[in-house]
Amino acid sequence: MARLPQIALLPDGRRLHLQDGPIDLIVEANGAAEAVRAAYAAAARRFTGLLDELCDELALLRASARTDGCALQGPVARRMHDAVVPYASETFITPMAAVAGSVAETVLAAMTAAAPLDRAYVNNGGDIALYLAPEQSFTVGLVDRPDRPGLFGTSVLTAGDGIRGIATSGWRGRSFSLGIADAVTILAVGAADADAAATVVANAVDLPGHPAITRIPARELQPDSDLGDRPVTRGVGPLAPAEIDTALAAGTAVADTLIARGLIRAAALHLAGETRTVGLGSDPTSLSVIPAKAGISMASRAAGGPRFRGDDERRIAEQGTLHA
Amino acid sequence: MSQPTEKTEDGRIRCDACPVMCYIKPGAAGACDRYANHDGTLVRVDPHVVLDRTLQQGGSVVPFNRGGGDWDGKLVRGPETFVTAIGAGTTYPDYKPAPFIVSAEVDGVDMVTVVTEGIFSYCGVKVKVDTDRHLGPERSLVRAQGEPVGHVTTGEYGSQMLSLGGVHHLTGGSKKEGRVTCDTLLELSNGRAVELTIDDGATIIVQAGRPPIVNGAAEERMRVGCGSATIGMFAKQWHGKVDEVVVVDDHITGVLSEHQAGKLLGISETGIHMKGRRSTPGRYFQVAQPGTGWGGTDISDPLSILGPFNPKAARPGLTMLMVSTTGEHFAYYQLDDELKPVQHELPPALQQSIARIEENCEPALCTVLFMGGAGGSLRSGVTENPVRLTRSVKQALTYVTCGGAPVYVWPGGGITFMVDVTRVPENAFGYVPTPALVAPIEFTLRLSDYEALEGHMDHVRPLSSLGVDMARRQVPGHRDNPWPFAPEGAKRSHG
Repeated sequence: MARLPQIALLPDGRRLHLQDGPIDLIVEANGAAEAVRAAYAAAARRFTGLLDELCDELALLRASARTDGCALQGPVARRMHDAVVPYASETFITPMAAVAGSVAETVLAAMTAAAPLDRAYVNNGGDIALYLAPEQSFTVGLVDRPDRPGLFGTSVLTAGDGIRGIATSGWRGRSFSLGIADAVTILAVGAADADAAATVVANAVDLPGHPAITRIPARELQPDSDLGDRPVTRGVGPLAPAEIDTALAAGTAVADTLIARGLIRAAALHLAGETRTVGLGSDPTSLSVIPAKAGISMASRAAGGPRFRGDDERRIAEQGTLHA
Repeated sequence: MSQPTEKTEDGRIRCDACPVMCYIKPGAAGACDRYANHDGTLVRVDPHVVLDRTLQQGGSVVPFNRGGGDWDGKLVRGPETFVTAIGAGTTYPDYKPAPFIVSAEVDGVDMVTVVTEGIFSYCGVKVKVDTDRHLGPERSLVRAQGEPVGHVTTGEYGSQMLSLGGVHHLTGGSKKEGRVTCDTLLELSNGRAVELTIDDGATIIVQAGRPPIVNGAAEERMRVGCGSATIGMFAKQWHGKVDEVVVVDDHITGVLSEHQAGKLLGISETGIHMKGRRSTPGRYFQVAQPGTGWGGTDISDPLSILGPFNPKAARPGLTMLMVSTTGEHFAYYQLDDELKPVQHELPPALQQSIARIEENCEPALCTVLFMGGAGGSLRSGVTENPVRLTRSVKQALTYVTCGGAPVYVWPGGGITFMVDVTRVPENAFGYVPTPALVAPIEFTLRLSDYEALEGHMDHVRPLSSLGVDMARRQVPGHRDNPWPFAPEGAKRSHG
């Protein structure tokens, strides 16, 4: 019998929940009732079979991204490849690093093509694709510890910001990280871009060789992990303030580079209660999207892993990582 | 489907629940966190972990594709759509397979739902009427349109009970008696109002989920308890905040200082003098006549049920609360120098207890349970070996629902069940001229179990084969009902 996704409205009657295998999406559209209905129908239609589409090319998606061309066929797979290829020449990264954001973007695109909406989002476990019509805005909540959901700050994204993707990652999340950050949140032009960058920045927040950090080869945890024998973080013991600063500095340095290259707009990094923010202008105090008290921890998501949704637990998403 | 298709030497299994096809190590979960390797077997970690997280936000998940006109119905999902027996047709009179034997995959397990409408000659309704009023003596006949359709049975707490229908009224009496009984059962089961008269008793209008109307007056609230019980329930909350409390009740008026509850708390005598007939300490019958005033009495001034305070125990400044059993009426007094009660504003410390009484009064309702037994032809429609269905139900391998609503299956022989008619979709019940009632009944079980009980395997068809051309009514799931494919998610133990 054919496996079919779960498609249901959440109890609030507004948000749509789409789930298939490891993919979990919370979707909301605002606009005329008819438009919302059409958008949800389009989302459900696009979502059906999407996982199968990805799995057709799973072996290639789990392989190191190639800089000399893309052999992937599916549109979602190609979006994943495009999002990670800027990093492929300098580090090990697979298209899986952008799977959650790419899925979110794809479903959102189907919705906005189907009907005129005021605004919409597709939240794939904390990796979020946004749509904002002119003059519209979203209030975004930030979490500092994906394993202990709680908002430590909210801010407003407006249509003029040009930010349509948010991703959060950290070693405490669902997927593996090579770094030690509790969480890194990235704001970017697209969700796939934010997703890939979260992986890269989060991997950079690290203290190589530090005895308080427990690392285990990815393959021992998940036999088919695309990270193979690369050691992923499974525990971080107490760190001295100077060490925290060093690790965060390594992360912010990478984030600054990504901003300079135009790959992301802003980053918030959080480690052991310390936060750093970078981006959206040279004056850090003028950051409009990340409140000053926002925890910046450079969470590194590993360069891949069998990961189809973002690192944040769904609960975070539902408690209002995004609210209207 | 849930069995691993591959197993490696080191105990890893390959999950085939979705196309990701994760290899999962012993004790670990796959990429979805939903399936895990438990001692070499692929298991659901928590059948509804994601939905449960959703449910933590409160309320149940509303299946998206069953929202009436809100959805075009094109994306019917097995686990999200449950086919009820309402309007399905029956197996009667032939021992033919049930009209729909529908399979669906739920959480990786192939499930089958046998859907039929049963014709119930042995059936009736039990009606609970929340009222303290006397409706009629036990065993009195209950009539509709002058015809006997049932009787008054054993009363329950705060409620009078009626037992209506049954084979003797349906087919054992006159033709008219059978027709009127059938009509009455049908109307009540479909949630409509019926007027009933009780020999040597009241005329009542009964409707499932609505307050009863007794001799033209609608009951609104069930009292929190009798006056004496109210003293017992709230004595601790009043202790130290007021010297005396009188709970005015037409049945038993309670007095805190004399009541056993007050004695246990060491509350002193107050010199209060109650009118009426003293039953046991602190409990008084007949303090006034029945009526529509305080606590179902005819009084509007509560002081009218008190005599003068006894100067040997009373003192100026003594405080007293008088309240009815629903909290609807209350007054606060203080004794003056001549030991006369003078009304004062209710102190904030006591306002909470009044609110608590009101909060604890439940709305008076009529509740209607349909009860029927599945007979031979119905069971034959499910399996060629009917007793195996009965056994399967008793062993809880088969989940029985009535129009998707959970049922209570009576222990012992046969499949005799009860269902709260308000949890069944509207107009779910029908009739045949026999007369007998037609009620939906669904049996949901694993496909493998269905095969084991010699089910009609050649008639199993996938849910997706029910075409859109069929006149199907899609209705939202009842919020309080467990989803028939996941009955372990039941929020309520009854019904």
